[in-house]
Amino acid sequence: MKHISTQLNKAFDHRIRLGLMSVLMVNDWVDFNTLKELLDATDGNLASHVKALEAENYIEVKKQFIGRRPNTSYAATALGRKAFNDHLDALEQLLKARD
Amino acid sequence: MAASKQQHIDTLQEIRSLMERSSRFISLSGLSGIFAGIWALAGATAAYIYLDIMPFDRYKFYYTVIEQGRAWGISFEQFFALDALIVLLGALGSGVYFTTRRAKRRGQKIWDPVTRRLIVELAIPLFTGGVFCLILLYHGAIGFVAPATLVFYGLALVNASKYTLPDVRLLGLSEIVLGLIALFRIGNGLECWAAGFGLLHIVYGAMMYYKYERNVAQS
Repeated sequence: MKHISTQLNKAFDHRIRLGLMSVLMVNDWVDFNTLKELLDATDGNLASHVKALEAENYIEVKKQFIGRRPNTSYAATALGRKAFNDHLDALEQLLKARD
Repeated sequence: MAASKQQHIDTLQEIRSLMERSSRFISLSGLSGIFAGIWALAGATAAYIYLDIMPFDRYKFYYTVIEQGRAWGISFEQFFALDALIVLLGALGSGVYFTTRRAKRRGQKIWDPVTRRLIVELAIPLFTGGVFCLILLYHGAIGFVAPATLVFYGLALVNASKYTLPDVRLLGLSEIVLGLIALFRIGNGLECWAAGFGLLHIVYGAMMYYKYERNVAQS
């Protein structure tokens, strides 16, 4: 299995991070609560995975106020999109290789 | 090896499902379509009875009959406004009911950013079409109203289809084609209207129900 992990992106090896990127690939800006519901994650759990992807520059963050309540939204960066597409290609290659 | 391959397949399936769930409103129930169709057929039947004509009655084009129509003590404007309102409320009511029921069963929220986007995309052509039809009525071009509702409704469906089940796009295209045919055959506007809002809804609704819901209900 070791030789494969060089192709698959480590940043996406967790269910929540993979899900986060999947959602952001097909939506412009998605807020924290919507992501939480879609991914069935807790506040703290989602926040830590968001930070990890942010650190890789795969997603960008926008903080604003809706009325008096703070609202944070996320979007995939061009770098993030490329990394995710590469990751998908790697997955596809792995499946093909075993057929 | 086989286990990890299954893992990759599961991963890809989850990615796909999340992409779909987050960008498309997939709780739309086929039963909504079927019931909308039944309401429309009932509305069209009421119109035939009111005008005292039969479908494809070549000697009595409905738009010439309309002008003398005063059955049941109400004018044709009042009758058509009432008929259309009842069909619209009935179709919307059963649509919201079946779709909400399906969303609840699947444990999905009905009101989210995707639903809002879907409604806005539907509303733009529908609102335009509504105003357009009122203007047609204002100019007395009654025969063009039924075909115009089909064309604008079709455009609204095509426009909104990117946020819901892909079958909706095909339904929209069918409505547009039917509306254009109806524009040529002005005298058969009511027949085309009944086919578009009645039959097409029932056919596509049933198709979507069998495709997406029946298997789920059984498993």
